[in-house]
Amino acid sequence: MTSRSRVPFYIAIFLLISAGVSLAVWRHVELGIPWFGGEQQPVWMVEARIDFDGTGSPVLASLNIPDAPPGFRIISEQAASPGYGFSIVEENGNRRAEWSKREVTGPQTLYFKVQVVPNDSALRQAPRRAPRPGPAFWEEPQATAVEEILDQARSRSSTPESLTRELIKLLQPDNRQVQNTTLLVSGANYLNLLTRMLNHTGIPARTAEGLYLEDARRRQDLRPFLQIYDGESWLTFNPRNAEQGLPENVLLWRQAAVSLLDLVGGDDSEVSFSMLRQTIPALQLAQAESGQTGLGFLSLYQLPIEEQGMFRMLLLLPLGALIVAFMRIVIGIRTSGTFMPILIAVAFVQTTLVPGLIAFVSVVSIGLLMRGYLSSLNLLLVSRISALIILVIFITAALSIVGYHMGFNTGMTVTFFPMVIIAWTIERMSILWEEEGGGEVLVQGAGSLFVAICAFLAMSTPVASHLTFNFPELHLVILGVILLMGQYTGYKLSELQRFHPMKVYD
Amino acid sequence: MGWISPFKLNRLGMLNMNRRNVDYISRYNSRASYPLVDNKLKTKLVVAEYDVPTPKLLQVVRQQHEISGFKAMAEDMERFAMKPAKGSGGKGITVISGREGGQFVKASGAIVPLSFLEIHLSNILAGLYSLAGTPDVAIVEDLVESIPGLAKYSFQGVPDIRIVVFQGYPVMAMLRLATKASDGKANLHQGAIGVGLNIANGRGLNAVQFNRPVSNHPDVGLALENIVIDDWDLMLAMAARCYEATGLGYMGVDLVVDASKGPLLLELNARPGLAIQMANGCGLLPRLQTIESLRRPHFTPDERVKFVKDAFGA
Repeated sequence: MTSRSRVPFYIAIFLLISAGVSLAVWRHVELGIPWFGGEQQPVWMVEARIDFDGTGSPVLASLNIPDAPPGFRIISEQAASPGYGFSIVEENGNRRAEWSKREVTGPQTLYFKVQVVPNDSALRQAPRRAPRPGPAFWEEPQATAVEEILDQARSRSSTPESLTRELIKLLQPDNRQVQNTTLLVSGANYLNLLTRMLNHTGIPARTAEGLYLEDARRRQDLRPFLQIYDGESWLTFNPRNAEQGLPENVLLWRQAAVSLLDLVGGDDSEVSFSMLRQTIPALQLAQAESGQTGLGFLSLYQLPIEEQGMFRMLLLLPLGALIVAFMRIVIGIRTSGTFMPILIAVAFVQTTLVPGLIAFVSVVSIGLLMRGYLSSLNLLLVSRISALIILVIFITAALSIVGYHMGFNTGMTVTFFPMVIIAWTIERMSILWEEEGGGEVLVQGAGSLFVAICAFLAMSTPVASHLTFNFPELHLVILGVILLMGQYTGYKLSELQRFHPMKVYD
Repeated sequence: MGWISPFKLNRLGMLNMNRRNVDYISRYNSRASYPLVDNKLKTKLVVAEYDVPTPKLLQVVRQQHEISGFKAMAEDMERFAMKPAKGSGGKGITVISGREGGQFVKASGAIVPLSFLEIHLSNILAGLYSLAGTPDVAIVEDLVESIPGLAKYSFQGVPDIRIVVFQGYPVMAMLRLATKASDGKANLHQGAIGVGLNIANGRGLNAVQFNRPVSNHPDVGLALENIVIDDWDLMLAMAARCYEATGLGYMGVDLVVDASKGPLLLELNARPGLAIQMANGCGLLPRLQTIESLRRPHFTPDERVKFVKDAFGA
């Protein structure tokens, strides 16, 4: 018999552990699942309000709504408008919210709420189809003026971006020394003119509208922005000061669409916005989004809440197993029953430590006394254990009732203990008592309780329950460590004490 | 409470539990051979083919209903040991050393009624003492009469000799003496005394109880120096032959010396304990590694015995 090489084993362990860690990191980065439970994330709640007067005819109100706004991620959308039919439709690449109603009279109000979170990774997005510059026709004498201004701007610039910036500067009122400019610009049509001129030079340009996000503002209006296409994505400019780039706190509400609101069957329409900054736990945010991304299938958030609760408990067990393995393999603590401590620890998680300890010790000691009587009855093993299970249930019931009448709710928590395991523990300890004496029972009982308490302390930390449930892949790491421990051939801590008389032979 | 540094233990070549399990038991003991040693009935049958004698089998109780017939069969049995076939660590062994009226006298001197033995049989059959709690059979064997030369060192129980056999080479041996603390049983963790034996000649080296060195037996008071085991070569050869019988690469062989029948095999153990190193005052690892590094292993039990006597004689 030869010893097989352990290298493949260690490689497998390494792969297992690195797979667990990298999967967890990946999910943290991609889904934003936080490493710790308490993290908060800012969320903007923006509400669009449409007011109009109904004229007694059927109404169709169509509001442009944000579609992948740069720098933000939409996490929820919601409309509030009693009596209206509502749907979100996509036409020509625009997302629009549509309300409809057969007969409408008098003042009406419609609401549309959207929750967005700042998200840097969504800053630059390539459009699905590369846009082309729109048509631009000029009549004399405008055509000459436009050419002249464009020539000036071109001579001072090298790229579409710099051309845009120069053009904006040239068109500013304080810069209009040239008569050409005054001829063209006449107040309201300024932005329109700008886009037409840019399109004329062959740069795709369009107008967009955005909201400055400030906490608890009401009755806000959209501000205009200029966007040009540089061949990869849309770049945003402030049309007043030629500042390039979108300010961090601006949410672009309308980008591709031509109109903000189309209303049929109403008069005096008005759209206004209000906004609120909220914070929600980062975890809740990740859960809300998990369904939307491809990685979501790896998480347990999709399960019904009841199953999630069960898994929350189940996924703590590997941690307990790790601790039991460590205590037995490396420390060398003797326990009664290999994994009994984990089950006791799980019960402690439900009951909290001190009441659980009191309940457990009292059930086991009362059970040991009763087992003493059972052993004198000369029963077969199976029926003795069965009888013991029933007795254990009686004991827990009695403890619960007595505890309740004495005003301790903790008495009731006894029911969380696994009855069958307790029955077996009592049986094993009783045999141990007869064969090895009370000392060994105390040693093993104390060892079991010590390991159970350690496992409980590890399992009950918020970090542990957060990590095990939200990053189930970390169990691969635990598995790897347990497998590694299975190869540990060094001395146990207890052996250093056990073998100490060997000192004399050294 | 004393402590010893792991480096010192390493230097002494002390085999520890994790290493025994990973590097020796799981590597050299094939799972398929376990039933042979975990079931004393099977052990008896298989070693008999290799000329290894065992105590005479008086009776086997396999079924619950056979227990009622035990009384009739026990009538002409004076001295016997009742064991679970799949017991471990000496658990569930009851030794009856005589009769007193209708009652039985235990090795400890306690007098028990027939019903006690019947309960005990019932417990054995239900699997209370078996390794995995599986149903078991009870075997009743002739009680070994230890030779007086050894028996005088033991409190009540029969002294037995544990030999660790690695790949057929008897590598280390110790004598186990029952004490009051061990309730007449020869298990070291229950308080029996372990006396390390020189593998070359069967002479006592030093003695420990509860892992601590002792010089005199606490109950019978005799000095534990200068114990000599007779028939030592025969016992080594018997132990070595058990390897051929079971195929287990790393095992403990428990032998007793009967006054009339000579050395007998009591049981085999696929997971022998580590205390034998304390009794011998030296670690197992150097010896195991010597055997592992042998280029040409010896094929007959006698050659192997000769090799270890030369190589490991203290």
